[in-house]
Amino acid sequence: MTLTRRDSSIVGRWWWTVDRWTLAALGCIAGFGAILAMAATPAVATRIGLDPFYFVRRQIGLLPLALALMLTVSLLSPRNTRLLALAVFLGSLILVGLTFSNGTEIKGARRWINLGVFSLQPSEFLKPSFAVVAAWLFAQQRKKEGFPGDIIAICLFLTVFALLVLQPDIGMAFVVTAVWFAQYFLAGLRMLWVLMLGGVGIAGLGVSYFVFPHVASRINRFLDPASGDTYQINTALDAFLNGGLFGRGPGEGTLKSVLPDAHSDFVFAVAGEEFGLLACLGLVVLFTFVVLRGFARLLQESNLFFLLAVAGLLIQYGLQALINMSSTLHLIPTKGMTLPFVSYGGSSLLALSFGMGMALALSRTRYGAGEEP
Amino acid sequence: MATRLGDVLRALPAKLRLEGEAKLAIEIAHHRLAVTGVLFLLAFSVVALRLVDVTVLKEGHEPRLAHLPRAAGLDIERADIVDRNGELLATSLSTASLYANPKMVSDPADAAAKLVRAIPGLEAKEIAARLGSDRSFVWIKRNLTPRQQYAVNRLGIPGLFFQPEERRVYPHGSLVAHIVGYTGIDNHGLAGIEQSMEERLRSSNEPLQLSIDIRFQHIVREELARAVEEFQAIGGAGIVLDVATGEVLALVSLPDFDPNSPGTAEGDARFNRVSLGTYEMGSIFKIFTAAVALDSGTVTLRDGYDATQPIKISRFTISDFHPQRRFLTVPEIFMHSSNIGAAKMAVDVGTQRQREFLGRVGLLRPASIELPEVGAPLVPSPWREINTMTIAFGHGISVSPMQVATATAAVIDGGVMRPSTILKRADGAPVPSQRVVSARTSEQMRRLMRLVVERGTGKPASVPGYLVGGKTGTAEKIVNGRYAKNARISSFVGAFPMNAPRFVILTMLDEPKGSKATFGFATGGWVAAPAVGRLVARLAPIAGIGLVDENAPELREQMFINAAVR
Repeated sequence: MTLTRRDSSIVGRWWWTVDRWTLAALGCIAGFGAILAMAATPAVATRIGLDPFYFVRRQIGLLPLALALMLTVSLLSPRNTRLLALAVFLGSLILVGLTFSNGTEIKGARRWINLGVFSLQPSEFLKPSFAVVAAWLFAQQRKKEGFPGDIIAICLFLTVFALLVLQPDIGMAFVVTAVWFAQYFLAGLRMLWVLMLGGVGIAGLGVSYFVFPHVASRINRFLDPASGDTYQINTALDAFLNGGLFGRGPGEGTLKSVLPDAHSDFVFAVAGEEFGLLACLGLVVLFTFVVLRGFARLLQESNLFFLLAVAGLLIQYGLQALINMSSTLHLIPTKGMTLPFVSYGGSSLLALSFGMGMALALSRTRYGAGEEP
Repeated sequence: MATRLGDVLRALPAKLRLEGEAKLAIEIAHHRLAVTGVLFLLAFSVVALRLVDVTVLKEGHEPRLAHLPRAAGLDIERADIVDRNGELLATSLSTASLYANPKMVSDPADAAAKLVRAIPGLEAKEIAARLGSDRSFVWIKRNLTPRQQYAVNRLGIPGLFFQPEERRVYPHGSLVAHIVGYTGIDNHGLAGIEQSMEERLRSSNEPLQLSIDIRFQHIVREELARAVEEFQAIGGAGIVLDVATGEVLALVSLPDFDPNSPGTAEGDARFNRVSLGTYEMGSIFKIFTAAVALDSGTVTLRDGYDATQPIKISRFTISDFHPQRRFLTVPEIFMHSSNIGAAKMAVDVGTQRQREFLGRVGLLRPASIELPEVGAPLVPSPWREINTMTIAFGHGISVSPMQVATATAAVIDGGVMRPSTILKRADGAPVPSQRVVSARTSEQMRRLMRLVVERGTGKPASVPGYLVGGKTGTAEKIVNGRYAKNARISSFVGAFPMNAPRFVILTMLDEPKGSKATFGFATGGWVAAPAVGRLVARLAPIAGIGLVDENAPELREQMFINAAVR
């Protein structure tokens, strides 16, 4: 691409202002995901009686779409980004509400809306859009006197939280809570409150242990592997061990054919078996790089809204990667969460692209005072 | 410090203150963002360290992979059937069946030509038509041999697929045909144990153990086949029953068939003469006539009846086959098989008591063995005195040989009835039993049956040293509504050793013809009794029954019977 710095078209301006390093890192992650989709999904597809390349076609067909979505969103001006986030937030809030009446039940939870061609998990889109909306509310509170941003943010958070718990989608509720709380923390929440709310959060986890049997079962199995079926996690650990330093080679993995969810939640184990420790470490470095480089740039940011929004989106992205990798490595109880841009999963991929698109848009270098949102 | 700065700011004018607060907020945000970043760095580092830990630091440990349960063991759809000693009677083999998706076959004619060469016995035209049809699934051939499967694979024709299947195999072939039965192409039982025990065979992988002893079965079949051939009978039946438990040790119906390919069975080969066929059994019924008469006290062994004249009742005449034309004692009636005597004995017992007794020994209801092929007896209704008289010598009532063997065992084994079974009873398990006659009557019946073999119509069944006893039976078959002179059911039910019976053996020939050796006779004594004799001689050593001296004083005393009262 040859674009001069004086090019003032939308694309030209975008090229010189967007964070190309983050873009490159995300591209690498997605590329690795595409390769892994070819390695991991045929085994799963065969096992459940589909054409071996069923998931490959779907995922690779979706990937350009997702990247296009990310790039398109990153072209938007901060103001338009904010409005888009608000629209998506309200839209997905309504759709999440609809899942209770029109949702498709998969594996015991009503999280999906059937759109004919594919089914959509609207709560995935709730996450990034809510991060941006909350950031704006926190920022407004601190910019405009008398604007009750914090209160509105708290109310919206409670609504979203209630909807997610009712689905029930405890993992999603946890991520949304963590992101929202981190944003509130960044926005200057007093330390006393930080500690108190942190305590409430831990208590909440304790409550979910007693209220949701599947949560309790997973935590029990984590704490005491002998208490139940740990087949999945054992198989995942065997996959890493089997892969060793350099891996067995692409397509040479064997445990993927017996590992449940090898294409989605446990794709990291397939990466470990086929591409080895070095590739996995590379993936960890890429995720770390995306989060920390984003943070580093935000340290130069003087606009609180931009800072909170981008930080929220990056935290969400990083947290999801952390949770996925940690549960695959048996550092935490298994939690069904996709590895961003790597796992199979349409809604998740599109929602993450949307989120990172907004992060890119809001973190573009603004010369001078920048646009006031 | 932040709060103090806040106090200072609050003192400033509103506009300025707001900007100042925003600046402060940004500053706090930057600090806290740095903290968050460090936390993220730590978390990602932990993940990286853990990765190194599980991937390379675990080296030296055996991977858990080795401890994973292997693919579940051979999981067959249908349990094996074994005999009482564990000998395999029926098992399942994994095979492959060939089917095609015609929509994926590009050149049906060519494919058919190749297939016919690979699998002999296929019709090229027929296969081409199937492959060219507009369906998406057609069977080509079920249960290929591994060689055929390899040959088909080598052809490399797209659109052909293998369906793993199971095929039922009967290693003993026709020897146990009427017991195990057979299965259809979809592995469902269609006859015998395969049909009656369908649920059990499908629900458990544990082999199903039968009461049959394959050694007994083989000997019975061999001797029965010899008799069938010698006397040119159209069929035969043979049973060996364990008296103490009611277990069937051998069950043979001839002609038989190969259960591996039941479709090739000819004529009535699939008809089970032992349990499904019901026949007028003739004089064998005198066992039951004598038993009920002795048990109810209407006669004693010292009493007798006048048998000089045939009985004329309405339009029937009851006469004797071996007429003695004199007064006969009860032992003589039994020994010479006098119909006149038996009829008179039954009249004294009475219709009511006769029917009740026959019911008690299971002759009025289907046999209890666990085969689907069980025939219901044909009993007279109404049961008049004439019926009582004919039933006394086994006419006018049709029962299966299985029922007769079971009832005989009850009469001679201390008078206790045990339902017969074809499934092995667990060792030491209590056997259901019900008293049908007194022990004294049973003991007298043993003496009577011993007498028949020692001195009466059953002499050919005698085997020195084994104390064989029994009763002959010959009945004319009803052909076109009339008793036919030359179509008989000739049978013999025996037991040994008669002082303490272990086995009941029954042989029956369907329409035997007399031979030179039998002087043209084809009665039970001439054709069925010798077979029982040969069976005793061959089975006793296997069962571990030793020879005894029949003339030893205590045995003579046990078997003594005063036949003649003159």
